[in-house]
Order: sequence, then C-alpha cells, then structure tokens
Amino acid sequence: MADLKTNFAGIQSPNPFWLASGPPTNTYGQVAKAFDEGWGGAVWKTIGEPIINVFSRYGSVDLGPNRMMGFNNIELISDRPIAENLKEIAEVKRNYPKHAVIASLMVESKQKAWHEIVKQTEDTGADGIELNFGCPHGMSERGMGSAVGQVPDYTCQIVGWVKEVATIPVIVKLTPNVTDITYIARAAVKGGADALSLINTINSIVGVDLTTFEPQPSVAGKSSHGGYCGPAVKPIALHLVSAVAGDAAVKIPISGIGGIATWRDAAEFIALGAGTLQVCTAVMHYGFRIVEDLTDGLSNWMDERGHRTLADVRGRALPRVAKWEDLDLNYHLLAHIDQDKCIKCELCWTACEDGAHQAIRRLPRDNGGPVVEIIEEACVGCNLCAAVCPVQDCITMRQVKNDYAPVSWKNYAAGKGKLAPRSEQFHTATWSPSTKH
Amino acid sequence: MSASNPLTDEQLAANFADIAPPLTNDAALLEANKCLFCHDAPCTIACPTHIDVPAFIKKIATGNLRGSARVILDANPFGHSCARACPVEVLCEGACVLNDRDEQPIKIALLQRHATDHVLDRKLKLFQAGKSTGKKIAIVGAGPAGLSCARELRRAGHAVTVFDAMPQPGGLNTYGIAEYKLKADIALAEVQDILDLGVELKSGVTIDSLEPLLANYDAVFVGVGLGSTKRLGIPGEDLPGVIDALTFIAHLKTHPYRETTVGRQVVVIGAGNTAIDAVTQAKRLGAAAATIVYRRGEADMPCYHYEYELAKRDGCGFRFNAAPQRIIGNGSGGVSGLEVRTAGGSETIPCDMVIVAIGQGDRTELTWPTAHPKVFIGGDCANGGAEIVNAAAEGVAAAKRIDEMLTVKDGKGR
Repeated sequence: MADLKTNFAGIQSPNPFWLASGPPTNTYGQVAKAFDEGWGGAVWKTIGEPIINVFSRYGSVDLGPNRMMGFNNIELISDRPIAENLKEIAEVKRNYPKHAVIASLMVESKQKAWHEIVKQTEDTGADGIELNFGCPHGMSERGMGSAVGQVPDYTCQIVGWVKEVATIPVIVKLTPNVTDITYIARAAVKGGADALSLINTINSIVGVDLTTFEPQPSVAGKSSHGGYCGPAVKPIALHLVSAVAGDAAVKIPISGIGGIATWRDAAEFIALGAGTLQVCTAVMHYGFRIVEDLTDGLSNWMDERGHRTLADVRGRALPRVAKWEDLDLNYHLLAHIDQDKCIKCELCWTACEDGAHQAIRRLPRDNGGPVVEIIEEACVGCNLCAAVCPVQDCITMRQVKNDYAPVSWKNYAAGKGKLAPRSEQFHTATWSPSTKH
Repeated sequence: MSASNPLTDEQLAANFADIAPPLTNDAALLEANKCLFCHDAPCTIACPTHIDVPAFIKKIATGNLRGSARVILDANPFGHSCARACPVEVLCEGACVLNDRDEQPIKIALLQRHATDHVLDRKLKLFQAGKSTGKKIAIVGAGPAGLSCARELRRAGHAVTVFDAMPQPGGLNTYGIAEYKLKADIALAEVQDILDLGVELKSGVTIDSLEPLLANYDAVFVGVGLGSTKRLGIPGEDLPGVIDALTFIAHLKTHPYRETTVGRQVVVIGAGNTAIDAVTQAKRLGAAAATIVYRRGEADMPCYHYEYELAKRDGCGFRFNAAPQRIIGNGSGGVSGLEVRTAGGSETIPCDMVIVAIGQGDRTELTWPTAHPKVFIGGDCANGGAEIVNAAAEGVAAAKRIDEMLTVKDGKGR
C-alpha cells in the first residue's frame, strides 16, 4: 500500500490532503471533524483583526445540470477574535498532534503588527504559518491580501518581517492575479519563505441576474468582484504551479491549490511539483467525507503504477513542460474513427468543419454504413474531433511515423533540420450556401 | 352490465392521469443536457414533421423555453398533442444515437411537452397571420391534418374556413386518443391556438359534396379522416352491450368518467393500437377483466410493442388465435359471451360487454377527386390511418403546395 505520509518543509502530516484556508476551517469543531474523517492537515481560516462580513457572499457557476463548476466569494478573513482563533488552534493541535495545523495570517503592513501576530501564533503550537498575500477582494482595498502579493517588493519585505521572529515554517500564499507569478514567488524566496502555496482565488464577477441586472452575489442590489475557484480554475492553477515549480530561482516546496476535487486532480498537481494539496470548494460542495476517496483513489493509483511514496510521483511531469519553440514539428498525428463504436452523431464532423480544419467527410446516412470518415490529407491531428466525440475511445489520435528527425521551431527557424511533408489541404477557401461537403 | 362504476372518483382520476407525467424543471434541465446535439440528427430525420429536435432541446438547456416551443410548433402545429401521444419509441426516440451507446434515448417527448407546456400554460402566442392575400381556402375536417393546413395557410395570409361534422374541433385528438395520454382540454386548447390566427370554423356541418366548395374557394383541402369502425359480420354484433371502440373512447373522453358504461367482463376484438386503447381504458374504468381477443397470433398483432406491454401492465388479458364467430345474447338485452373458433374447436368466452376494434372503414359520406388541381388531401383519409404527426406533416405539406399554387398563379413571388 502506497505511503501517503508527507513532510512538507518540515511539517508532517499523515497524508498530503489539507483543508485550504477558508470557510471549512473556521472553527475547532470543523477542523476536528475533518481530521476525524481523514484530512491530513488544515490551514485555519485567515486570522487578523476581526472583520464584518456582508450577507450573501458566494456566487456559483453551473455547467448544465452540474452545480458549482466555478465558484466565487466576497467573504473576508475570520470575523472571530484573534484570541479565540488562537485558542482553538492550540486545542486542535493538542488533540491532533500528528496532523498539520497551519495558521493563515493577514494583518496590516506594519512590522510590529506582523511580529506580534507571529509570536502569538507560535504560542499555539501550530506547525506552520501561511501568509495570506492572495485574497483579491475586500482586504485588498485595505492594503492587505493581494495588494501585498501583487508587488514583489512588499511580498519580500513582509516575508522578511515574519521570518525575523518565526521559528516554524512560513508558507507564502500567492495570488494568480498577476502578470507573471514567478516574480512574486522569487520575491517570497528572497524574503526567506520556507514554502509557497498557490493559487489563491482569481478575480471574478460570477454572473449577472438578467431580471434585475445585479451582478452576483448581490448585496442589496450591488456586488463586488470576488475570488473565483472550484473545478473551473484547475487548469490555471496547474499551469501556475508548474511555472513556479519549474523556476530554478524558487526551489522550495509548493502546496498546490485550485479546483482540486478528486484524487486525479491531486495526482496531476503532485506530478507538476506540488508537495501537499489544499482543498476548499469541493469540501464546501460535498463535505469533509470526500477525503476518503481522495486518499483511497490516490493510494490505489500509486499501487497500480508502482509508486511507493509521494516523492516517487512529485514533479514527474515537470521535465515534460516545455517551451512551444522546443516542441517537435515532425511529430504527426492522424485522427482515427472506430466505425464499430461510432453512434453517428456527426459532432466530430460539425466541429471539424466549422471549428477546425475541414478534415472529416460526411457520407449519406441512407447508405447504412459509416456517416463520417477522416480526410487524411487534410487532418492536422489537432484532437478536436476526439475531444467532442461522446463515445469513449471511438476517435483516437494515432501517430503517423515519418523518416524525418525531430525538429523544433527554434532549430528549424535557425536553419537546422527539415520539416516532414504535412497535411495542409484547404477545401473551404471559398464557400457558398449550396456548398455541401 | 354493471349499473354503477365500482371505482371511487379518486381511483378513476388516478387511472386516467397522464401516463407520462411532465418533467420538473430540474429533470428537464438534466435531460436536456444529456442531448448530444447531433448534426443531421437521426431524431429529426425520423420525425415526419422534421422538428429540429437538438435545437429545441438545447434551447431548453439554455432556459429559452419560448424559443424551444417555437422550434417545435413551427415544424409541427400539433406539437402539444404529439408530445403526449406520438409513438416516439418508433420515431425520434427510437432513432436517438444514445440507443447505440447502450443507453436510454433522450426523453424527447417529455422535453417537447416541457417546452410546449410553457407556452400553453402562459397562453403565449408564437405565430401571427400573414398579410391578407385575398385567397380563400376551404378545409374539410378539423382534425390534425386540416388544422395544420389551416394554420400554415393563415400564416401565409390566406383566408381559411374549416368545416367539421362534430360539435367540437380536433378530430380524433379530441375524441379518440387514450385519455391517459391526451385529454380533450389540451387538444382543444391546441386547436384554439390555431383558430386564434383567424381561422373560421363551421362545426356540426357535414360536407357531402366538394362542388359548392370548389365553386366558392380557391382551393380545398380534404382531411376528413377515416369512417366508422368496420363491422365484424358475425351474428349478434348489433346486440346492446356491443360497442365500437371509437364510440366507447369518444364517450369516455367527453363525459365524467363514471358516466361511461363498462362491463365487468369486457372483451375487445382486434389487436391494433385502438384495441389496446379500448382494453386498457375499459380496465381503468373498472372492468374486473378486460381481454383482447385476436384471431391471429401474438407476433401478428398490429399494435406497437410498447402498447402491448402497456396493456399487459394494466392487467389486461389476451386470447390469441381465437376467431370470433358469434356474440351470444343473455336473453335480457345484453351479451353473455363471445363464441370463438380456436385450434381446439369452438369455445365461448364469457363477457358482458364487447368492444369492436378491428379498424376504421373509409369515409362513405364524401368522395373527392384524386387529381383535381384545386383539391388537396392529407391525414388518415390519405394515408390509410396513421399518427397525429403524419397528419400534421401532411397538412403542413399541403398548405405549402396550396400556397405555392396560389402565389405562382398570381405571378407574385413571395
């Protein structure tokens, strides 16, 4: 059985699944229950001077009948007194000594304020500190959260203040609302960060009520931009994690956050360099119980693939993240339709015809045989048909071997290497309503 | 025959409630999102009116119910009743590509009902009469064929007068569809939508010659349906206690349920879809036993397979290879049995009511020329008896031909 134990910048936890800082980690009761149900760690809801929240705080994006594909919030940090939060953190740590308990902190940008809160936090016995430099709404208007995390110098300076007094590991939580996250990551490293966590939420307006024209979530008829999260943001988070993990100037542990809902998501984050995984929205949707399949699924996958520890998996996909200019231009693919599996919906045809490269031919339905076939001389192997096909493994992309050596754009543009002949047939350079392919 | 119905009003109402209840909004959204949105979709091809099924389903998915209903009703003026009574198992749903993925097909009929109910419930008017052309068309028969033709002609701006022999319009939609599929109030509301486009309706008028119409109108559409149920040609068929299926069903659909007389032991002769409608409704009305008697075998039954399954679920009985020979009177003005010939010889099936459902004959009260340039036909009288959707398709197609004829003749293109 795979070993899921985790050592993240010196913080131990029984598995890599941590609750991200947010509504699920607001109280002792929640965190204790989560640990009982199997979570490996928890980052407490951000502590700072207590705030006052608005009513109506969350907005949701459904995809057809699937609820909460995307989710946003305009909730602020903890509205509970600092002392109360710290007391409960201490209690959780006392009762769950083997679990990771991290305090997320956000105070005004003054050295004294940071020194004070860090010292108070250390007294709880917490395993680590996460600096919330990411919240894009509300707190940022007060010069905190992403207002800090968007400026490399501020990030570096405040991490420095924290490290002046901290003895436990300091994790810096990064905002994705920047042009290049690696600049912020490097600034955190320069300031002395022990680890990074990313991504915080993405600035968003989640929707507009078409009856009242109120943006959502509406507060007395108005709304404000909020932090976007949930399954919809996973690809963005994967990219940013890989960008930071692959940066030679970073090289500190990364806690992956952003749309993680299944063990598959988790495995992908780990493969791109994450040491632990933080989950919030999926728990807000389905509850703490999801950790059972997160751990079970990850463990079964590792067993099946022969990975014994998380270290065997971590970063395994990173060497395969390349620049476009280094990709092989002579690697050719051709779509292949398994006609026995085809259910004749013609989605591939309409997608390819209107949305890609006009490389599928329709055949009359009356014939009783196939209704679509690949025009091999026009197919550019783009994957669109396979992506839209509703039948598993009906359309597959197959490599077409050629005798040409691999050549990247970088080399080809420099006059080194030869391009293999490729499909470039356009039969829709002209169009009229009567055109029937 | 029983003097009073043994069932309570609640039982009767439950027995005749919609066999396919409407989808909730959530269920409709879930189902609509399962649709793959096929190109050149087999469901659309399978529909005689070629409703753009993926288009209307996607509109449900986006919450555009009005637009969805318009797609349906634009192609099929009887989209409401078809949603309830169409044999979708052999049409759109039978053609759904999900069948080939070993899944249940999309519930197209229920989705169609979801969209069309939206406009019916809100009395939304989706279509308008066209600018007047000054042309007049007479339509004989206010069933789905005639009224589909009427609606399309009104949209094109022609004046339309519809003649119908019955007190209420709608034809078999009003009088002949199984009550648990389509109720008369829905059928009549659907008809009213068409009449509201400015169709003149003359009810209770039996047309016995086309001559006066041809003299006074620019074109005539004949959609009179089929005639009354064929006769068995066996002794005893005129006894009280013997009724033809259409009369039985029409009475049921136009009266409070308990006013329709039903026997304790009912025998239905025939095995078509109307026979199934009769036997199931006899059972639902409270008959202790309701049995189909059919002269051929199970595999020869002309009814749809799922109709056979429905009757079995309703607890109806089936006697195959039993050819009716004689209906036996009980000596006091009723029937006591049906004598049949079977492989094992002659046998009497006891019963106190016989419903005859061996198909309709042709119309006898009206004849029409088959190759007159101004005469168009559609519906059961043209196709020998088919579904609402066939009648609607034929009515729409005839309207298009009539419109083309009238506008081309004038030399003013549209």
